[in-house]
Amino acid sequence: MARLILSGTLQKLAGGDAELEIDARDVKQLLRMLSERYPALAPHLESDAYAIAIDGEIFQDIWFAPIGPDSEVHLIPAIRGG
Amino acid sequence: MNDMTPPKAAQQHLKIVGTRPLRPDGVDKVTGRAKFGADIHVPNMLIGKVLRSPHAHARIKSIDVSRAQALKGVKAVITSADLCDLPSEFIPAGEMMVNFKDMTRNVMAREKALYEGHAVAAVAAVSEAVAAQALTLIEVQYEVLPHVMDVAEAMQAGAPLLHDDMFTIGVEPRPAKASNIAKRVEFGFGDLEAGFARADVIVEREFATKPVHQGYIEPHACLASVSEDGQAELWCTTQGQFIVRAFCAKLLGMDVSRLRVTASEIGGGFGGKTVVYLEPLALALSRKACRPVKMTMSRTDVFRASGPTSGAKIWVKVGATRDGRITAADALLKYQAGAFQGSPVQPGAMCAFAPYDLENVRIVGFDVVVNRPKVAAYRAPGGPIAEFAVESVIDEVALRIGMDPIEFRLKNAAKEGTRAPYGPKLGPIGLVQTLEAARAHAHYRAPLKANQGRGVASGFWFNIGGETCASINLGEDGSVGLVVGTPDIGGSRASLSMMVAEEFGIPLDQVHAIIGDTTSLGFNFLTGGSRVTFSSGMALVEAARDVIRQLRERAAKIWEVAVEEVEWVEGHARLSGKGKTLSLAELAKTAGKTGGPIIGNAAINATGAGPSLATHLVDVEVDPETGKVTILRYTAIQDAGKAVHPSYVEGQMQGGAVQGIGWALNEEYIYDDKGRMENPGFLDYRIPVCSDVPMIDTVIVEVPNPRHPYGVRGVGETPIVPPMAAIANAVSHATGVRFTDLPMSPPRVLAAIDAQRGA
Repeated sequence: MARLILSGTLQKLAGGDAELEIDARDVKQLLRMLSERYPALAPHLESDAYAIAIDGEIFQDIWFAPIGPDSEVHLIPAIRGG
Repeated sequence: MNDMTPPKAAQQHLKIVGTRPLRPDGVDKVTGRAKFGADIHVPNMLIGKVLRSPHAHARIKSIDVSRAQALKGVKAVITSADLCDLPSEFIPAGEMMVNFKDMTRNVMAREKALYEGHAVAAVAAVSEAVAAQALTLIEVQYEVLPHVMDVAEAMQAGAPLLHDDMFTIGVEPRPAKASNIAKRVEFGFGDLEAGFARADVIVEREFATKPVHQGYIEPHACLASVSEDGQAELWCTTQGQFIVRAFCAKLLGMDVSRLRVTASEIGGGFGGKTVVYLEPLALALSRKACRPVKMTMSRTDVFRASGPTSGAKIWVKVGATRDGRITAADALLKYQAGAFQGSPVQPGAMCAFAPYDLENVRIVGFDVVVNRPKVAAYRAPGGPIAEFAVESVIDEVALRIGMDPIEFRLKNAAKEGTRAPYGPKLGPIGLVQTLEAARAHAHYRAPLKANQGRGVASGFWFNIGGETCASINLGEDGSVGLVVGTPDIGGSRASLSMMVAEEFGIPLDQVHAIIGDTTSLGFNFLTGGSRVTFSSGMALVEAARDVIRQLRERAAKIWEVAVEEVEWVEGHARLSGKGKTLSLAELAKTAGKTGGPIIGNAAINATGAGPSLATHLVDVEVDPETGKVTILRYTAIQDAGKAVHPSYVEGQMQGGAVQGIGWALNEEYIYDDKGRMENPGFLDYRIPVCSDVPMIDTVIVEVPNPRHPYGVRGVGETPIVPPMAAIANAVSHATGVRFTDLPMSPPRVLAAIDAQRGA
């Protein structure tokens, strides 16, 4: 299964969990799973303030980016720029 | 999500991409034809002006506009009551998420004025003189409150509180008391304690930077026209007409479809034109007056009321072994947000140590409100501030272990597969290549004289993709028209046209690009995040390939063959192996007969933007009698992925370096003890001019981004990241004094030199 790695602020909001196996085929499924598992994370995920990095590639606001069975997934703040 | 074929650059010899044609907007700009924000005039136009708070922090007890409204020639007066009060709701814009509750209060103060220059009312009148007179007739009753300008003071218990409903996010449990600390963020991994225990050398320092303005030469300006039936048009200088439409529609309670926004030519933005200031006010005035309303900011208004980037206090600690391996890195960032939350501390924290491959790293950041204008994005928002501190410490660590600073960076450089401090592993990046190019450059070996020093620093910026639409219209003569929704700030009409010409295999002068208004395309995110050549380029390549597919189909119909037998080669459909060709012009001419006009569209949410890294070298001379720092020589080296138009890429690198020189040496906001800005003009807020800087030498490194059809990376933001540290390192080597506070203006440098002398 794919691995989700949490660190820093997000790890704290997830009750200290640093790494977990995830059964999600895409970003939308992952967000739903995280919101159910970690209610404290839910409002942050709903705010579009976060992006998902799948195997190093950052996806912002893209629900259907596929997550492979061996993917390494990170939840990171969305980046905008000037 | 976009799915593009692998880099075309790797597949074929390019004829147009990578060359240096004349810029398509050059003639209009040098002849004065180009229409900037203030150049739009329409019949029956009124002039709008804003009344601004003279106080840094004050409760607004009442506003009486009756005398102003009664003045002959005044057609409308507005206050915050004319804009929607909105609940707290975050949406993405520019560097960060914006909160509509804050936005409506920033464009027009409600309960309180939170900084000097905060808008409190606005008028529209038949002339500028009448509008100015009307402002004097508006009576505002203020209750002046204590103010706070410094980030560290604002974080103290007992500091004047800007918002009594602000409770720090990112702290568990949620604080019981409101404070000026909007948010705490933290990134990192590993075991810091163990890492520092393994270090032979540890350097720990505190740094301070001042807010600096983006310094765009064109002030904010717009013209709004709202008709009696609620249809509205807005012309403005902006980095994103679709974002302006979204913001203004929300603030005025309009459907976005009723508001058409056209972006003018833009005289610089650098992130500062990703937000709205005058635009909703002009619309509200026009709606009330039922006449067009034009508004422009003076330079003073720009300084007092539009966003600079944050000032900050930073602490950095880095440990390393004597053989040059970093064992641990720790940083604490405190960024001013201005009057409303949303400093770029989060991207700053993510960038801080991003150039390095670290086992043990932590960055903690705080977003803090103060009684200054709300910050706005500024080129690589947050990155330059954090990396000024980090790259200064990196330099000092190298010095302490007796290692060449480039060699030290190479030993620790992030590369493909390195885990970034914010989590994910990095894809292909070009930091090592920029460091090697710096080490091999003649600049790095040039001799220095007394009072001179050389500095090195590297820098990282993410770059982004985002929502992007583009269309291609094939003219009946075979010329190609492009429409994109991203304003051209740094030469994107040239770079985008070049990629399209390359795709079609036609001369560049057959391709013409325009920036469409909000009715011409679907939603486009703004010009920011160094995304336009990457994202709009990706959309246009997709659209061009769609047009070429249609052209092959038309040729196949004409030749009565299967489309698979038709290939597209250098502007022609060619029947494989038969020697038959049809040119683009011939196919365009017969388009009506073969099925109708030919257009291509693409709508994508671009992903795969590759980070761009840079290394800068600078030589300075410090006058020991005056403290003046002179930039003697400057070389900027950057990974562009693929430089579509190298001259524009070099221009971005030079511009970023020069803005960084200003940030390092001169620029700062100076306030009196009442929180009023004392230097709101370019005479006293000194940005660099040509005579202050040498020719900025450039070296473009090309490590292709595999997720773009031409290997493109964004280049616009990274070049402002290294300069402050590079210059601080150079000044420190020239003087023997480590400089940790910006700007390194002559009085500060002289004071430090005198202190060292024991004067």
